[in-house]
Amino acid sequence: MAQTLIEKILAKAAGRTRVQKGEIVFVSPHRILSHDNSAAISKIFKQIGAPAVWDPKRIIIALDHAVPPPDERKALNHKIIREFVQEHNIEHFYDCGTGICHQVLPENGHVIPGTIIFGADSHTTTHGAFGAAGIPIGRTETASVWAIGKTWLKVPETIKIILTGHLKKGVYAKDVILFLIGQIGASGANYKSVEFSGDTVSRMSISERMTLCNLSAEMGAKAGMVAFDETARDWLDKRVQEDYEPLSADDNAEYEKTFEYNLEELGPQVACPHKVDNVRSIIDLPHTNIDVALLGTCTNGRLDDLKIAAKIMEGKSVAPSVRFLVYPASRSVLQDALRLGYIEKLVAAGAQLAVPSCGPCLGAYGGILAPEENCISTANRNFKGRMGCKQDTGIYLASPSTVAHSALAGHITDGARR
Amino acid sequence: MKLEGRVWIFKNDDINTDLIYPGKYTYEPLSPKEQASHAMEDYDPDFSQEIKKHDIIVTGNNFGCGSSREQAVTCLKHAGIEAIIASSFARLFYRNAINSAFAIVECPRLVESLFEKIEKTGSTRTDFLISIDLSKGRIFSESREFSFPSWDEQAVQIFKSGGLVEFTKQILRGMPS
Ligand code: SF4
Repeated sequence: MAQTLIEKILAKAAGRTRVQKGEIVFVSPHRILSHDNSAAISKIFKQIGAPAVWDPKRIIIALDHAVPPPDERKALNHKIIREFVQEHNIEHFYDCGTGICHQVLPENGHVIPGTIIFGADSHTTTHGAFGAAGIPIGRTETASVWAIGKTWLKVPETIKIILTGHLKKGVYAKDVILFLIGQIGASGANYKSVEFSGDTVSRMSISERMTLCNLSAEMGAKAGMVAFDETARDWLDKRVQEDYEPLSADDNAEYEKTFEYNLEELGPQVACPHKVDNVRSIIDLPHTNIDVALLGTCTNGRLDDLKIAAKIMEGKSVAPSVRFLVYPASRSVLQDALRLGYIEKLVAAGAQLAVPSCGPCLGAYGGILAPEENCISTANRNFKGRMGCKQDTGIYLASPSTVAHSALAGHITDGARR
Repeated sequence: MKLEGRVWIFKNDDINTDLIYPGKYTYEPLSPKEQASHAMEDYDPDFSQEIKKHDIIVTGNNFGCGSSREQAVTCLKHAGIEAIIASSFARLFYRNAINSAFAIVECPRLVESLFEKIEKTGSTRTDFLISIDLSKGRIFSESREFSFPSWDEQAVQIFKSGGLVEFTKQILRGMPS
């Protein structure tokens, strides 16, 4: 029988020729990632009592969630992780300032197509951009994989999303995925794998595909993937040392559902408070003032995102009522953006530039909102209180272009005159 | 295995992990008691004071969506919650619950019948009593009986071992060294 991409990846990881939907399989990942939660995971690992980690080359730890640490507790948390890394000879440890785990992993050649990447972070789906199954798991489960190198998964159903048409000027991958989440809903892909395809996706860069796959977590997806192609090959060839074997879905594979959208008429989208599937076209939005604009995160903190914003902001100034925060997704992104002059333009316009990390995305530090404030953000979650304060705050999610235009205007806009 | 308790109704769909356990506490090593004191803080600030041991939560679709944070499960467990019955759970919450040996049950019909009795959305502590027979897949509520599907076999094994830590220990013991 023909198989979908996730079925092939799971079969391979389980050492089998094929798997059935609904079946439980034990699989080993190519890599397993964790971040600031590694201290908590190491505690559980100790409870389990394994003499050593399963494979110090496959366990990746990147510090990104509270960087640099804003208080003693979070600093101590990092210290515990560094000690664990030393003790267990974890080969690939990326300390503060390297960047956000989902960016650092592929940049350093850890993600290859046709494999499973487990991550103790819900946006591990990002790695689907490379034709890998990025599957989020919890902390205890991560500790268990550190100990025994495998865990169980149920072979999921697959949803196929076919996207066609050229996007209008000013419309980006972020608008596409927000639109899809609005259509499919916050639980629309719960327990399922999503395959993105169609000519719109084929034209997308790796960075744009990462945005798509990243946000498929907000439909509940277990994995969101784009099949491997030349675009992925070009990107990976510069970064990956080892051989890999890409997999692809069979032509007549069986999908639980297929959605098809022509995106030629799509305009900029905004996810309004307090749910990611509360999506509206920007033209339907009432006048909304903002206090903070955030450009960054694992969703949209890459070079092309900074470039789009720099181009819009060049020679202009951020509205006096707005704090504009820029968090490049990694040191490598920051270095490129410095070299290409994007940072210069953003800072000249009034950006507050920060160390590559998650920043206020998770509400722990680095630009928390005050009561009654609104934020326009390139992040992926707008839950109440997500940016540290729940009292009458509102988080609006949009593309880097919309965020840049809004930072200049002081209210939410895509910059178009209507 | 039988569980019994008084019902809290959370009459909403998509209650996310930030509402259950705010992100700002996620990267600090907090004790079980401290975790419990923040349970549902951004959804119902009074919840953690009013909860009684063995209470059971009844809620809508996609409970626990969002982050992979396990404290969303453990804060409720440490607060004394006996079980959660939802129309459905988000995938990560489901796995985290099983891995922590915390009872979760998907039973949309029961949720519907209890939601009908409460007008307001949000959090309500009720006097309804519920009992759950986990092995038989039955719930008794307000003199009605409901059935629910059993978990995947693997999940049952992990739950019966007392959670994934214990389960992994068993596997390690069986592994050639
Ligand atoms: S940037 Fe935000 S969504 Fe991405 S990993 Fe960091 S906290 Fe999570």
